[in-house]
Amino acid sequence: MSTANYLPILYFAVMAAILPVAAIGLLSFVRPSKPTPTKLSPYECGIAAPTEAFDHRFSVRYYLIAVLFVVFDVETIFLFPWAVMYHRLRLFGLIEMLVFLVILVVGYVYAWRRGALTWA
Amino acid sequence: MEISPSLLNNVLIPIVKALVIVNVMAVMSGVLTIIERRSLAFLQVRKGPNRVGWEGSLQWVADTVKLLFKEDVVPEKAEHLIHYLAPVLVVVPALTVFAVIPWGPEMTFRVPGIGKITTGAYATDLNVGLLFILAVTSIGIYGIILAGWASNSKYALLGGLRSAAQLISYEVPMGFAVVSVILMSRSLSLVEIIEAQRRMHLWFVFPGLLAFFLYFLSGVAETNRVPFDLPEAESELVAGFHTEYSGIKWSFFFLGEYANMVTVSAIATTLFFGGWLRPFPNVAALSFLDLIPGIVWFLAKIFVFMLVYIWFRGTFPRYRFDQLMDLGWKTLIPLALVNLVVIAIAALGGTRGLQILAWILCGGFALAVVVVTRTRSRKAARAARPVTPVEVRA
Repeated sequence: MSTANYLPILYFAVMAAILPVAAIGLLSFVRPSKPTPTKLSPYECGIAAPTEAFDHRFSVRYYLIAVLFVVFDVETIFLFPWAVMYHRLRLFGLIEMLVFLVILVVGYVYAWRRGALTWA
Repeated sequence: MEISPSLLNNVLIPIVKALVIVNVMAVMSGVLTIIERRSLAFLQVRKGPNRVGWEGSLQWVADTVKLLFKEDVVPEKAEHLIHYLAPVLVVVPALTVFAVIPWGPEMTFRVPGIGKITTGAYATDLNVGLLFILAVTSIGIYGIILAGWASNSKYALLGGLRSAAQLISYEVPMGFAVVSVILMSRSLSLVEIIEAQRRMHLWFVFPGLLAFFLYFLSGVAETNRVPFDLPEAESELVAGFHTEYSGIKWSFFFLGEYANMVTVSAIATTLFFGGWLRPFPNVAALSFLDLIPGIVWFLAKIFVFMLVYIWFRGTFPRYRFDQLMDLGWKTLIPLALVNLVVIAIAALGGTRGLQILAWILCGGFALAVVVVTRTRSRKAARAARPVTPVEVRA
């Protein structure tokens, strides 16, 4: 396993980037462009005054979900190396991971009881 | 002309593969749109697009040409640079992932002027392949949330936020489901996972039945598809994060979506359905199935998953947002934890333990299906009895 294994990913990324950049960038010269004030205003249904989103406030729950996600995703990352080596760790690995999961579940139950998982 | 083997193996072949796979996938997502539209029409008892080409088969070409030359409207108050960048950010990771998807086993063929070439039908076999896929597909979330934010429209912003919340919520059960497969395969390399299924004479879907359901449900949610297509809920958010997009930039979001659907199907095939292996790879009596090359098996399995996606879309109503979050956080995560522990215990017994678990799970599943359908049909029969016309007349 060497860095050469990772090179194809670079080729793929470049190839994948060429596609949209060419389609959006190069072809912009052949596209019509006839802007009008109505066209350039943000979408709104049947209301003349356009709304702005940059000063819009949104639910704090989105932040909460993001924080919970970070916690749980880090747990998953810890599980990956454990899962690969599990056949050598055997019973020791199982018990270790059960302890780990119990700690995780305690936090999970706490978040549930505090209503962090309820979207309302 | 002599080409050195290292140049050939490290540069030329991967570049050719990248060219072929990226472009084929871009075209494939076009073809998939017409397959989806016709299948949906079939499910809804109508005709669907049938004018361009044979039975409408070239409709996607006409659509692409139209979208390429359509005016690109950017709202005046939008963040222009990010508005342009967002669709690129969605497409690039979606297509880059295909570098590690194992389409088929190693093949040898003759190229005039170069000689015999032996190469896998995959661009690269990373020893962290699965982790790479999880990491790279997550980058697409940035594209979606930036698209929603940069449009400076409240519908787009809310759609982008919902999308981000949904994607990260379902990332967790998906991660747990994937870990339970690693327990069985003992490797993160996708090629190695397929080989492990050959060695164990066992598709991982049988011991990992629950893991498969968790993975596929999360996959449907991660690709923003029905019944989890809340970011694009047209009745409340117009078109969600791409409300302010038009023309080719709009279509790149869909290219990304279809590419992600193919990725989820390909990973489900690799992890749970033996990848390029034929059914029963260890039964010699079925060896005539080897006449069909591995890559065809792989693509056929992917295609079945794509049809399931379309079938879902034709069948299920959309979830409400709080129901969606409840399902992800309160149902799928506990199930994923239970599944992980069960598979870990079974894996202690090696291949034998997994086979026993497979029999228990599949037997239980079959029993549950029988019981549920029987009680249902009995209930339906009871409910239908009183309103027969004969009894009404009497």
